[in-house]
Amino acid sequence: MTRFLTRLVVVLTVITGVNYITWRWLASLNWDAWWIALPLVIAETYSLIDVMLFGMTVWRLKIRKGAPPPPPDATVDVFITTYNEDLDMVMTTALAAQKIRHPHSTWILDDGARPELKALAEQHGLGYVTRSEDWTSDLPRHAKAGNLNNALMQTHGEFLLILDTDQIPEPDILEKTLGYFNNRRVALVQTPQYFSNVPADDPLGSQAPLFYGPIQQGKDGWNAAFFCGSNAILRREALMQLGLVGYVKETEKSIRRALAASQTAIKKARKSADMESPLVAEVLDEVEAATREAQKELDAGKSLSEITYRVRRRVDAAVQTLVLADVEALQSDLEEIAAMELAHVGEAGVPVVADDAVQRMSRRDWSPLGALESVQAVLDALSVERNDEAQPVMPLATISVTEDMATAMRMHAMGWESVYHHEVLAYGLAPEDLKTMLTQRLRWAQGTIQVLLRENPLVQKGLKLGQRLMYFATMWTYLSGYAAVIYFAAPIIYLLLGILPVTSLSWDFFIRFIPFMVVNQILFAVAGRGIPTWRGQQYSLALFPTWIKACSTAARNVWFGRPLGFAVTPKARQSGGPSWSLIQPQIVVSALLAVAAVVGIIRLATGLAEPLGTLVNVAWVIFDLVVMSILVRAVLYKGYEPAAEPAVTEKES
Amino acid sequence: MEFSYEVRDSYAEVKADGRLNMVSAPKLREFVTDVIAGGSNRIVVNLEKTAFMDSSGLGALIGCLKAARQAGGDLRIAAVQPQVKMVLQLTSMDKVLTAYPSADEAFSND
Repeated sequence: MTRFLTRLVVVLTVITGVNYITWRWLASLNWDAWWIALPLVIAETYSLIDVMLFGMTVWRLKIRKGAPPPPPDATVDVFITTYNEDLDMVMTTALAAQKIRHPHSTWILDDGARPELKALAEQHGLGYVTRSEDWTSDLPRHAKAGNLNNALMQTHGEFLLILDTDQIPEPDILEKTLGYFNNRRVALVQTPQYFSNVPADDPLGSQAPLFYGPIQQGKDGWNAAFFCGSNAILRREALMQLGLVGYVKETEKSIRRALAASQTAIKKARKSADMESPLVAEVLDEVEAATREAQKELDAGKSLSEITYRVRRRVDAAVQTLVLADVEALQSDLEEIAAMELAHVGEAGVPVVADDAVQRMSRRDWSPLGALESVQAVLDALSVERNDEAQPVMPLATISVTEDMATAMRMHAMGWESVYHHEVLAYGLAPEDLKTMLTQRLRWAQGTIQVLLRENPLVQKGLKLGQRLMYFATMWTYLSGYAAVIYFAAPIIYLLLGILPVTSLSWDFFIRFIPFMVVNQILFAVAGRGIPTWRGQQYSLALFPTWIKACSTAARNVWFGRPLGFAVTPKARQSGGPSWSLIQPQIVVSALLAVAAVVGIIRLATGLAEPLGTLVNVAWVIFDLVVMSILVRAVLYKGYEPAAEPAVTEKES
Repeated sequence: MEFSYEVRDSYAEVKADGRLNMVSAPKLREFVTDVIAGGSNRIVVNLEKTAFMDSSGLGALIGCLKAARQAGGDLRIAAVQPQVKMVLQLTSMDKVLTAYPSADEAFSND
């Protein structure tokens, strides 16, 4: 019944919405003021698409009855990821994880490599993992994704429960979720993220009841439930498969790129190389021949390991011949080096022989080719070792700071299925101050836009149309910052200047706009089944500077390789008093809105403006101000104080 | 899962009998790393009696390949069974590794 009602309202929303927006585009635009008329109608179209995607999401809302009993022999690793969080917090979660009833191993994944934590883990019989020696400082660490990828190589449970440091699990979390994996195609079970340190009025909008509710349930209906980084169980096989596919893809890409660049590099090297040495020229000839042959073999479908091995052997042989022939001329150098090496290696008791010296001289870093950087770069890239990463196989996606979304999308593209289990099975801690909250939202938005720009779901092979749109829907919502600016600007422009973006505010407008608006709100009420959605609506508008910043920084990052300015979300409350500077743009906009309202009323009183236009726009301003008002409470919020206990002053803040 | 190895003329043959899955994969890596450390950098992993392999097993093979390459040699696979062949295709790993019919043939042309 609810499902029928939801679908009915979705249909009504689409009909009234398309009716309104079509009319707006075709018959209502005030072309004299196109500079505001066009942006406004585009923003409204954006919002219509947004609500249509929401409608599509809840169309297939899936309410699950719970999982069958878990296979008793399923092996599970519980991962608790940490970087710099308070040790008490880590241990509280870890000890709760230890008490999970289904047999499992609990691991603390400490990216901070803190000896105190290691000692605590040992003391309580918990597993403790830090980055292996492969993660040298010159290689990218990939934050949390890297932490998890590293741990995957050091453990071997069939399933992985991933928990953020602050997410305290219930003992039955595995019993209630593992059974879904009886379906061999299921790769992911996500449970809600719920925060225990949030007051009922949720001033920072931390709980996401709409997302961890109708939206995830709807996505689940389309087999597109998202992985949200924590409180989720994953199938190792699916992750490893992603890692392998990614490894092959990256390796092939790198080899193709290197081969494409090789001719130019060799030409360049010929010019710059010391051409007085005919031997170097000879080696370059050999390199050229080897790369040409490699290209031929690649086109013929030979395996990458064979191709790269042959190139290496051929080039190494050429270099060795060169060195051997040149050895007389190098004799003096050689003696010097041999003396050095003897002194060094001698301590280990390994004798250095002349043959070995020639071998050494042939090695990449010493060989004459080493000086020809462009050629060396080509040769380095012609490999299957993926030397630019700490591990050849990276199961969790590293293309985005929100590795979770990118990973889930790749899983879905591989044909794996996902489950959203709508029951709180872990209790976390939300940010308790605006600054931390803004950092967190910025990171989510940046990560989402990175995925959109790097692996646009609309064109990913393997995804079904519904899945594409489910991923796209979430990305689309993060573009709302630009629409918000226009929604703030339009009433200000009318009230200050009397310029209306529509030809007239007539019966034609209201008869189309009001039904759409009303049905739209009903849709949220019906789909939300009574959950509070107002806070989320407020923040989606009020945080417009964050959304815009996320889009621009993510675009700069993806297109121009600029850093994101990424920061780990601090779990402890940040110090200092109310920080109004955090919401400066919103304060400016609110002031402008208020001034515009006053000016508009004065213009009305002096006969410069018409009553209906003023009324509508003042009402619009009031709505905007009510939306923004949440930020005042957010700035003044002093952190969570449990109602039952007396307020405790926090020392550290 | 049982591992064994034998040094032949121009390579070392590693046999991996049984199921190469997430539990045994790290052991294969360890085993091959030891063989390489023992002085053989040309390795053939004979999969004739590997009835089953999962993605972790394949991941371990990549790790072994990397280790062999870093030691200046190579790692090849031979005599794959139908299930393993399927996994190689599914993950497109057949683009990276050639599956030779037998251990003898793996290094016959190099």
